[in-house]
Amino acid sequence: MKLSQAGKMAFSAVLSNKLRSFLTMLGIIIGVMAVTLLISLVQGATNTVTESLDELGGDQLVVSITDRSKRLTLGEVEALAGEGGIAYVSPTLSGSGTAKAAGKSTDVTISGITEFYDAVQGLDLESGRVITQLDNEQRLAVCVVGHSVARDLFGNTDILDETIRLSGRDYRIVGVLNEAQETMFGSANSAVFLPFTNAQRLLSNVSVGSFYVATEEGTTTQEAEDVLDRALMEKYGDDDSYSIVNLTDVMDAVNDVMAALELLLGAIAGISLLVGGIGIMNIMLVSVTERTREIGIRKAIGALKSDIVVQFMIESVIISLIGGLIGMLLSQGVLTTLNTLYPDYHFGITAGVAAMALGFSIMVGLVFGIYPANKAAKLKPINALRYE
Amino acid sequence: MIELRDIRKIYQLGEEEVHALDGVSLTIQDREFVAIIGASGSGKSTLMNIIGCLDTADEGSYKIDGQEVSDLSEKQQSILRNRKIGFIFQQFNLLPKLTAYENVELPLIYQGVPGAERKTRVLEALERVSLANRVHHRPNQLSGGQQQRVAVARALVTRPSLILADEPTGNLDSHSTDDIMRLLKELHAQGNTLVLITHDNEIAAAAPRRVRLLDGKIVADSGNVLVYDAKTEQDNRRTIVPGDSRISAPDGGKGGGRA
Repeated sequence: MKLSQAGKMAFSAVLSNKLRSFLTMLGIIIGVMAVTLLISLVQGATNTVTESLDELGGDQLVVSITDRSKRLTLGEVEALAGEGGIAYVSPTLSGSGTAKAAGKSTDVTISGITEFYDAVQGLDLESGRVITQLDNEQRLAVCVVGHSVARDLFGNTDILDETIRLSGRDYRIVGVLNEAQETMFGSANSAVFLPFTNAQRLLSNVSVGSFYVATEEGTTTQEAEDVLDRALMEKYGDDDSYSIVNLTDVMDAVNDVMAALELLLGAIAGISLLVGGIGIMNIMLVSVTERTREIGIRKAIGALKSDIVVQFMIESVIISLIGGLIGMLLSQGVLTTLNTLYPDYHFGITAGVAAMALGFSIMVGLVFGIYPANKAAKLKPINALRYE
Repeated sequence: MIELRDIRKIYQLGEEEVHALDGVSLTIQDREFVAIIGASGSGKSTLMNIIGCLDTADEGSYKIDGQEVSDLSEKQQSILRNRKIGFIFQQFNLLPKLTAYENVELPLIYQGVPGAERKTRVLEALERVSLANRVHHRPNQLSGGQQQRVAVARALVTRPSLILADEPTGNLDSHSTDDIMRLLKELHAQGNTLVLITHDNEIAAAAPRRVRLLDGKIVADSGNVLVYDAKTEQDNRRTIVPGDSRISAPDGGKGGGRA
């Protein structure tokens, strides 16, 4: 018998008892839905974290000074640039405050930066210019504002040479940023960038708390990290006084954790697939008993054992495969809903996950179909025909 | 040709051994129409199952067209059933979810006959049993007589060496019974080999040769007669008596008589 004929027979058997077929599928539907949903959620979250880290700069080092007893001055930090492999050093001084202008006010993050900020972290200007070396040397009261700050205070972004007031001092706006993508670590939308020297005064903090380091081309982050480590060790003599974070390492660690989580959740969800498979086997066994007479007739008129096996196997595979497809469609539906609810995330079933889920469905159908199919094929036609 | 030699079949019923068949020997030539008559418990169903290769004998030899059946594997027996034997059952045994067409098509599908040829042969067979207008009806949309005719078509469609009818009229009213019996006689007249199993002498009378079974043994055999013939029929009806009375086939029979 040809496979297409067996498939036709199996399909009409599945269709002839729709409710039962559906209830049998339910186990697989839930199983596949659980597997694809959980894996896709973890993958989506991983991508979002990775993107956020990338946004911060994937090939950068972040140095934080924890020992505030010894000051690290702007000059000392800037002197680090030019050491082996280090291209730019961008110190930042961060704080928060309220910006006022045109009778309105808004909460902002305040960052004191140097002219190297643009080279290291990047500033996406819509109009105007970035903070320059001259701004810092002259301690000019200028600022670059984020997109939301401009909109909140002025209602538009055409605000060059307007002033905003921070802690009683006026700052002239020299640059406005484009709208930035929101990340898990916030964005530049609600930031106000000042010259570093000006921020020192505003935030009453003269020492550098942290700085970003961009490596020269051809230098690995690890090599740069070693150079920094040696320089800071010389100043502090204690590696507890500072920390150097390599964003590549962070990203690797995040990916490792997420991969483990994906495997764990996938395995747990896989158990429900197993339960679904047992459900299929159960129903197929009932079906074999119910159709004993049919099997007897088929064998009497010449069906081979293999014909019967193939017919029942295809039946169970059809059930599990359709169940798998429905499960995947449902989980895609849930993910689409989540995407509209949480626009920061981009969830979706990847081709790999889809192939895996369908592969598992087929396997479940085959594995749990073998026993019932063999039981059917082994029936003796004489006994099967007598069965009432 | 069917050759049974000293066939025995023993069932174990608790402590007791039941000799369902106790040394049955029977030869059926091609183109014969034989009725096997017996009361319930006479072993006729066991005999029919063995002839139909649905069951195997415990002892003895059974050959179809010279092939010893007990030498065949289960798979080969399935193939043999499919190609050489057409079954007609008392319960019709059609698949309820398939149409008349699909039921008749089934043995050809298992045989691997290509689609176009299947179609011609299925329609031919249904035409043969006068059901050309019921092709796409399911069994529950057909009368008992019509269902049995579908079963006859299914038996015919593979052009088997042997058509085996087990109480084919057992579930039919008298009108449908006449219908089916007329059909069987026609099939015989067209050169098919038929074995009819029944408990009913009147039904059996349709067959030129009648074999009576009692307690697992053949107690009467009217002898092989190859072609349906009203005159011989009359003769046979008179000569059927208990005892192993074998009458040679009249000369001029289409298939040639047994020595």
